Amino acid sequence: MEIYNNHKRLFIVATVMFLALTLYAALIPAYRAQEDNAPLPNSKPLTEQELAGKAVYVKEGCIACHTQQVRNVDMDKVWGERPSIASDYARNKRTDFWRNTANLLGSERTGPDLTEIGKRQPSKEWNLIHLFNPRSVVGQSVMPAYPWLFEIKESAAAADVIVQVPEEYRKGITGDIVATEDALNLVAYLQSLKQVSLPDGRPVPKFLYPKEATPALAGMPAAESGGLDGASLYAANCQSCHQANGEGLPGAFPSLKGSSIVLDPDPTALITVIMKGYNGRAKEGFPEMPAIGTNNNLKPEEISAIISHERTSWGNDAKKVSVEEVKAILDQIGK
Amino acid sequence: MINRLKPKISKQGSFVLIFLLLSSICAFGQEQKTKDIITNPGVLITIVLILIPLLIAVYLATAKVRNLVKKVKAQDVNEQKTAISQSLREDELKTLRQSLENRKTAVEYKLTNKELGGDLPPEDAKGMIHRVSEVNIARFIPDKKRSTKRPSVNPELAKLIIWYLGGAAFWLVLGTSIGEYLGIKFVAPDVDHISWLSFGRLRPVHTNMVFWGWCSLAMIGLGYYVVYTVSNTIVKSLKSAWLAFWLINASVMLGSLSLMAGINNGGGEYREYIWPIMLLFAIGVVITLINYLNIIAKRATKEIYVSNWYIVSAVIFTIVITLVAYLPFWQNGLGETIAQGYYMHQGVGMWFMLFVLGLVYYFLPQQLNTPIYSYSLGILAFWTQILFYTVIGTHHFIFSAIPWWLQTTAIVGSVGMLIPVAAGTTNFLMTMRGNFHKVGSSYTLPFYLVGIVFYFTGSYQGTAEAFRSANLYWHFTDFTVAHSHLTMYGIITFFLWAFIYTLVPRLTGKEPTHGLVGAHFWMALIGMMFYTVPLMIGSTLRGVEWMEGKPFIDTVANMAPYWVWRAIGGSLMWASHLIFAYNLYTMTRKSGDIDTQTVLFNQLNREDNI
Repeated sequence: MEIYNNHKRLFIVATVMFLALTLYAALIPAYRAQEDNAPLPNSKPLTEQELAGKAVYVKEGCIACHTQQVRNVDMDKVWGERPSIASDYARNKRTDFWRNTANLLGSERTGPDLTEIGKRQPSKEWNLIHLFNPRSVVGQSVMPAYPWLFEIKESAAAADVIVQVPEEYRKGITGDIVATEDALNLVAYLQSLKQVSLPDGRPVPKFLYPKEATPALAGMPAAESGGLDGASLYAANCQSCHQANGEGLPGAFPSLKGSSIVLDPDPTALITVIMKGYNGRAKEGFPEMPAIGTNNNLKPEEISAIISHERTSWGNDAKKVSVEEVKAILDQIGK
Repeated sequence: MINRLKPKISKQGSFVLIFLLLSSICAFGQEQKTKDIITNPGVLITIVLILIPLLIAVYLATAKVRNLVKKVKAQDVNEQKTAISQSLREDELKTLRQSLENRKTAVEYKLTNKELGGDLPPEDAKGMIHRVSEVNIARFIPDKKRSTKRPSVNPELAKLIIWYLGGAAFWLVLGTSIGEYLGIKFVAPDVDHISWLSFGRLRPVHTNMVFWGWCSLAMIGLGYYVVYTVSNTIVKSLKSAWLAFWLINASVMLGSLSLMAGINNGGGEYREYIWPIMLLFAIGVVITLINYLNIIAKRATKEIYVSNWYIVSAVIFTIVITLVAYLPFWQNGLGETIAQGYYMHQGVGMWFMLFVLGLVYYFLPQQLNTPIYSYSLGILAFWTQILFYTVIGTHHFIFSAIPWWLQTTAIVGSVGMLIPVAAGTTNFLMTMRGNFHKVGSSYTLPFYLVGIVFYFTGSYQGTAEAFRSANLYWHFTDFTVAHSHLTMYGIITFFLWAFIYTLVPRLTGKEPTHGLVGAHFWMALIGMMFYTVPLMIGSTLRGVEWMEGKPFIDTVANMAPYWVWRAIGGSLMWASHLIFAYNLYTMTRKSGDIDTQTVLFNQLNREDNI
């Protein structure tokens, strides 16, 4: 055939075909996605500090292990209230002359998705300890440690943010571990990562492939509290601060083992702390606890499973709390 | 040509149709509930792909067992014989022995193999006997066929190609050392606390280094040989090719340093280098294109050989792809993600795959000493690759916020890729048909065979992963990492090694130690299996755990054993690269002793001329 004997014709035809398909599958959709999506009315642009934090996030290559996208599939419900939509990324513009836009959707989820990390883990203290060495708060983590985001000072100045790293991770450090500007900016950026609610009237995209209600697996303890597994709910919601052994971290997060609030026969205080947060032990140096129950949309069944687990583990022996009791208390405290 | 093509298309057509049907069930069934994992088409395809080598292994094992049983039975017969001979009387025995001995001589009569030749030692007047191999010498490593002498290549061109390959080997060793270190970090995250070596900064250093340093340099260097040879033309000037060589090396060097220093483009995979650094690489590619086109324009043949369509198109497309990725006009908001999906997949499919396919179309028939099976299949594969591959990029963002129709297009394109892959694999395997006996006695052909096998399985696995239902389990897990190693390593890298072991002895006249090539081959292959298989198993389980809603940190902890296996496999792969580098060195080093043969022939030629 003639075309295979004429290099000009052959390569021009191939290139035109490739360009046409590129237009169809990349350039036009990309341009439309850029032009047709406005930021959501409830969203705010990043502050200067948060932008600086995002630069640290990009610099350290966090995208290698963390995604920032809630897919419209049921399994992604744990990462956000609704699937991410194009408008969520509409505020992202070219970083500067040298660097491209950073949407940071990511393609690997070796670590958790961070779309809503600002809501799920808002504690600045926890984030700083975790950055200094992730294994000091999450024993099984494989995340890198970022000690270069911190400096060691013999005696910290009043304005310095001191990080309460547990003893075994200090490794011969005698002075105070102080967060650098970079660390504080990065944490501010992480705290800013929250999903924005859609304006009224706009249909919320559905999560596909809903999980079928599976009957309890053989061999699993048919727990009370609606059959939910308190231990794994505790692991997902509480463990990163209060630890698997319930003892917390000295100087950073209080122990639940033997805690008077946890063991109180009347669980009202405990449920209030979970739903509204708590700042009662600031004098002892403990940071404020976020309103984890509200942030993570815990249902009465889940709260019942979690607190029953807390009240009966690690040597605690208070009685379990039923779903009905939890519901009554939630009504009472107005949540 | 067309008529020969028709029956093949229809056969493949029906094959593809089945896959299309399968895929449509899941591609458009977003409403349906999660099904049992085992009935998932993606999982089914993978199981079949895994089963093929397993069934072969079972078949071989059965054959071995049958032989063993035969041997045991033979022993029984021997024992019975002895028993009978002991129970016989003396005189009976005598006649029996006589008749048996007669029979024995008759049965054992053999030709001496000297009936025609006699006892005289052979006189090799025409130089036909090359290497005399004694059968009775213990051979731990079977002899391989030596590389055949070919007409010598222009020394300038040979030098250029060797430098390209040497540079590539350097980046391979360095890049995979970094990869190996990253694999170790999954097992020992506190192995260092140096910012320049932290995981997030080092991972793109590894991927970019093996992409732009190893594969790209090797491909371009090999490309020069193929484009020149099949155009049957002479080399004019290679100055700009040297410039391109240094530009690409500079790009990889600067890119790696800047990534380690924390300067990157904003996170898209394989476009982590900032544009000024990637520009050096792009200029190198443009220079390469100009050179290739000039050579082809001056070709002495009428037709353009199929290799050159693939190679030149790959270079043209790559320039387009790089522009799409780095021009800023469509990169705000979600546009960046769509451009990213397009870029990263066109990078692997249109640059590495298309280029390497072009090289296969030259080197495979060359090494087998047989023409390529079908030109028509090559044509079919070429155009369908462009048609389908160009649209599949966004299948890396299935279920994300990019438009649903674009995701579906990408999935349909992924299914369409079955056509070029089936056409290419058929073409290569049919070219090998009747030549499989050569594989055992060659040290290059095993590399080709592995490349072909993974071209088929790796590419089909990619299609399987794109299905929405399969994507549920595997997206975001290390399955993607396993897949990219099966393809970039199993296909691209194995083929590149095949070409290098084929070509370099032709350029330099020196061969590597055959045993060391074997060690390289087996360590790389076994290492890759240890790397990928556990990772695929572990990540599938992780995907299932995510779907069940297990606490995330448990799914991290459960990956630990699979990450250990990955590090073990990675170590084997890495060690094999050291052997490869050494082999390349032995093939290219300047030996001190003078090649007396050449000197003598030069002398004689000169005398003739006088």
